[in-house]
Amino acid sequence: MDFFHSLILVLDSTVRLSIPLLLAALAGLYSERSGVFDIGLEGKMLAGAFAAGAAAAVTGSAWAGLGAAMLISIFLALVHGFASITHRGNQIVSGVAINFIAAGSTIILGQAWFRQGGRTPSLPGEARFSSIDLPFAEAVRDVPILGEVYSELISGHSLLTYAAFLLVPFTWWVLFRTRFGLRLRAVGENPAAVDTAGISVSWLRYRAVICTGVLTGMAGTYLSLAQNAGFVKDMTAGRGFIALAALIFAKWRPVPVMFACLLFGFLDAFAIRIQGTPLPLIGQVPVQFMQALPYILTVVLLAGFIGKAVPPRAGGVPYVKER
Amino acid sequence: MSTPYAKLPAWADYGLIPLVNLAVAFLVAGLVVMLVGENPFRAAVILVDGALGRGQNIAYTLYYATSFIFTGLAVAVAFHCSLFNIGGEGQAYVGGLGVGLVCLAFDSILPWWLVFPLAIVGAALFGAAWAFIPAYFQAKRGSHIVITTIMFNFIAASLMVYLLVNVLKPAGAQAPQTRNFLEGGQLPKLNWVLEAMGFSIRSAPFNLSFLLALLAAFLVWVLIWRTRLGYEIRMRGFSPKAARYAGVSETKIIIVAMLVSGALAGMMALNPVMGDQNRLQIDFVTGAGFVGIAVALMGRSHPAGIVPAAILFGMLYQGGAELAFEMPNISRDMIVIIQGLVILFAGALEHMFRPSIQALFASLSPRSAGVEAQQGEGG
Repeated sequence: MDFFHSLILVLDSTVRLSIPLLLAALAGLYSERSGVFDIGLEGKMLAGAFAAGAAAAVTGSAWAGLGAAMLISIFLALVHGFASITHRGNQIVSGVAINFIAAGSTIILGQAWFRQGGRTPSLPGEARFSSIDLPFAEAVRDVPILGEVYSELISGHSLLTYAAFLLVPFTWWVLFRTRFGLRLRAVGENPAAVDTAGISVSWLRYRAVICTGVLTGMAGTYLSLAQNAGFVKDMTAGRGFIALAALIFAKWRPVPVMFACLLFGFLDAFAIRIQGTPLPLIGQVPVQFMQALPYILTVVLLAGFIGKAVPPRAGGVPYVKER
Repeated sequence: MSTPYAKLPAWADYGLIPLVNLAVAFLVAGLVVMLVGENPFRAAVILVDGALGRGQNIAYTLYYATSFIFTGLAVAVAFHCSLFNIGGEGQAYVGGLGVGLVCLAFDSILPWWLVFPLAIVGAALFGAAWAFIPAYFQAKRGSHIVITTIMFNFIAASLMVYLLVNVLKPAGAQAPQTRNFLEGGQLPKLNWVLEAMGFSIRSAPFNLSFLLALLAAFLVWVLIWRTRLGYEIRMRGFSPKAARYAGVSETKIIIVAMLVSGALAGMMALNPVMGDQNRLQIDFVTGAGFVGIAVALMGRSHPAGIVPAAILFGMLYQGGAELAFEMPNISRDMIVIIQGLVILFAGALEHMFRPSIQALFASLSPRSAGVEAQQGEGG
């Protein structure tokens, strides 16, 4: 029973830790499937987290925070689009630039506006997306196993958590069951064919990066308004890159993306849980090893040792219309 | 050729366009300064004065520039092979391990001028080794080098924290760092050069590795433009197909280019570890690996452009520190924004102003822009 209880706790924090990864990875999915590589997920998420924290602190409304986060993330996504779609610049370079701009300006603006060392003011409950108790969560708490699973694991998360999980089937439906999704995938594989069909490659890719902006904005909002009570400088701490790793790990498919994010979230939660306690058979596992594990797994996967991750064929290549 | 852009005179291509891009980057940075309620012109004056105003400041500027020359060259060599080595940060971090181990082993037995060459070898070897795995995976298994090198940055960070905390930290010490190096592990300072030129310096970390950086810049120029290997690297970068037809082994070239790149990034560690802090400590790279990307883009991957670009970023780092004292609203993170803007405008948007500049050239003197420019405009 004790083991079961700690298992539930670890799984619960797995969910909490994987939500920002999931939202960011789904964000990257739209962009990369359309042929625009995006290593700027980290920066957009960070800018979104800051905008959410700042707007929620000023207006006192979590929804205003979410809106601001989406706006700023969409803006940065459009900058990325402007550089890589309109001006056919190097997509990697553009993503790197956005990461730096976001990292620097969130601290500078945060310090100038709030003077708390780059933080935004601590938010009261109503300015956050606080946890929602699903119906009967209290009532069934004492039911063995199922009750605990329902009340601890399934209930008691923020609205954004449930939204993130709903976005997984939604993204699948958009990509594989709508005309927009078909075209989006086509433009990532063979833009010339899409162009020949009389569909604008640029406009399709711009719509894809806007989707990326919306979702990274949500990911950032989750960090500063649900997981924490305000923005702290550099609060993404590499999550954008883990999300990217998860996206590759899942071979650019929505449902596997969810499982990859849950796996990476679980590794994180597990590492926190076992800190300082030796494991049976293996002995003491260094925390640093657990932290590095998602990256190591991704490298191993990319090298083709567990399956093969093939990116969208036109990914990273700017489209030049025949002249 | 399917390049969508027509030719410009060389001076416009290598001088005017980068300058325009840089100017726009600083203009936008100025807007950010205004946004936080400070005067951008005053900020610029403080920044330049803080970077070059006194001998002390110049020495610091050159100290920072030393690191950026190494990392800029590292990114540039990989660029010539059309590889984007974003892992300079991790390679420099692991390179520091090479420097640290050499210094810890020999600092009590050998004088610094014997330890220095060993440390160079250590730094280069460790840096190159950290670049080897991504290079091998790119060459043999086709995994995207950008992603693998990003992952290797994080893996390097975890590895180094683990080693410093569990292995290299002297027993009983609190801070996760090695013991201080003895005299054999300390590079001589170069401050006397500046003092000989009439500047006064109290203490600054400007050291011998600056000369090594200049030497490395020269050697990279020789390698890329004056050797067969460099020719093959550039050929692979320009057209992998042509290189294959010419009988160049793609695997070999990718791995060699990345090894050189990693070695250069690793040698960056000499500057802070052996030249300044005289011990190996956590996070000593402090973003220099990433600055290398901006430096290489600004310097157009040519050593003659990289050295001034590195000095400019050295000025930004040193001047930015002074700026943070003078203007409470601006911290050193301003540099990170400028760095991002330079990467954006000199890198990703490098072609943004080209059509208008071409149009300008075409209207001023049709011959200088050539006939192609007209077609380029049509697209």
